[in-house]
Amino acid sequence: MASSIRVRATSNGDITEVQALIQHPMDTGLAKNPAGELIPAHYIQQLKFECNGKDVFVADWGTAVSKDPYVKFSFKGAKKGDDLKISWTDNKGASDTTTAKIA
Amino acid sequence: MKTRSALLLGSLSAALVAFALTSPRVAAADKVDPVTDAKAFRNFFFQKFPDVKHEDFVNGPYSMNADMKRQWQEKEEFPPYEFALDAGKEMFATPFKNGKTYADCFPNGGIGIRQDYPYFDEKEGKVVTLELALNRCREANGEVPYSYVKDEMASLTAYMAFTSRGKLMDIKIPDDPRALAAFENGKRYFYTRRGQMNFSCASCHVQSPGERIRAEILAPALGILNAMPIYRSEWSGMGTISRRFVTCNSQTRAVPLEPQSDEYRDVEYFLSYVANGLPIAGPGARP
Amino acid sequence: MTTTTGPVATRRLILQGAACVAVLGLGNLPFAAAPARAAANDKYPEEAFKQKSEADAIKALYGKTAEPSDKVKLDAPEIAENGGVVPVSVTTTLDKVTSISFFVAENPFALAASYKIADGTIPGVANRLKMAKTSNLIAIVEADGKLYSATKEVKVTVGGCGG
Repeated sequence: MASSIRVRATSNGDITEVQALIQHPMDTGLAKNPAGELIPAHYIQQLKFECNGKDVFVADWGTAVSKDPYVKFSFKGAKKGDDLKISWTDNKGASDTTTAKIA
Repeated sequence: MKTRSALLLGSLSAALVAFALTSPRVAAADKVDPVTDAKAFRNFFFQKFPDVKHEDFVNGPYSMNADMKRQWQEKEEFPPYEFALDAGKEMFATPFKNGKTYADCFPNGGIGIRQDYPYFDEKEGKVVTLELALNRCREANGEVPYSYVKDEMASLTAYMAFTSRGKLMDIKIPDDPRALAAFENGKRYFYTRRGQMNFSCASCHVQSPGERIRAEILAPALGILNAMPIYRSEWSGMGTISRRFVTCNSQTRAVPLEPQSDEYRDVEYFLSYVANGLPIAGPGARP
Repeated sequence: MTTTTGPVATRRLILQGAACVAVLGLGNLPFAAAPARAAANDKYPEEAFKQKSEADAIKALYGKTAEPSDKVKLDAPEIAENGGVVPVSVTTTLDKVTSISFFVAENPFALAASYKIADGTIPGVANRLKMAKTSNLIAIVEADGKLYSATKEVKVTVGGCGG
């Protein structure tokens, strides 16, 4: 099973730009399925980016983040080859983690 | 008020006359001439949108509107079809139970061949699309065929399109009356009005590309299949050419056909042929 | 409730009024300070995400109000190509930024996303949000303990037969 997390982290020397795309339904709990039943809310609540033992970026998400969420940010203090650890947890207690090398 | 509607009527009938005069069907009603048809079709769009680069038509509504194009380019930084593309690549490489793979069913191992589909199969006497060829490949190898509209089929065609990106659409119509009839049949389907709203495919995608239907911008018909399959935000997922035809029919309140029915195969043949020379851009992302 | 606010009052004004009442009402309770700390620690701000109006959500998340600032640059389309996927981003020239949050005023729950910005992280973020209908989109930047905002209206129409 492939990871639910896709990451691109690229350093230009000083600044590392990070883009991540996560496969997740992000169900709001307000929509119905074709049978007319409410689809229960199912969404990522927290997404963390950790580099060199420090949380560089933490996202708290509600149901209004789009399906297969995307986020982009940049940070200083890392160099090419460093590990960037990405992890998420959702409202049903599921989680996933991956580590990307900064390119 | 009266003057205004009279003016409108006047210009409308003028436009209709102009359209009728340039229509290839009127010029050569008794002879099927795909070469002339395709040329007229392309020129219609090139003249209607002189500022759009020819290869940009394959980007659909994004070729028509700068604000939309910017939103799309932002999305393309990490496109929503990425997961389908990866899944398709993995599926393509995974052998069937009998040990064979998709690559065994296609020329060049299935890589970089999207621009050659659909083709006219002279043995069968019919148009064969890529989606159809993929399911036939599965069945020939003892596997269950996939749904034509999304999921696995969209992932597989996404990968095959991706390996063909930038290659120019290259559909051939052999000198065979059945192939010419298929092209003509597809063209007829494309221009025929149907459904409660009495729309043809052309009503939206020839007469009105760049115009809004509610908040959405209509895509030009020219090159509309080059970016397939697509991730549509409206679907929150991927869809194939079959799915696009089905939804086009149902959105205009016509009765959709079965995916891969003869008419859909023929209209795909027609639309692909007139887009010859434009690059493959799939998989694509659409609103 | 409509008679006291007059005919020109918008729904948002009414909601803001309600929010003030609610916060005043909570003022004497011992846990009233808790939401203010929520943005500063690692805990998921559950309460803030449950608030319906943006004013309530901002209160629950930060415990204070924001002032508009042209140093907060909010980038979003005039017309969303699809309300389900609206690309939205924020950058700012403010110093000492500790968090950036997005609110969609007309969504069932206003708070969409909140990002904690660490030291050394560039104060800016791009993401994709759902918008139920045409609405104001509010970005809040927390810098040096104060809140600064930027607002933009994004038009959303239900999907039809484009593409």
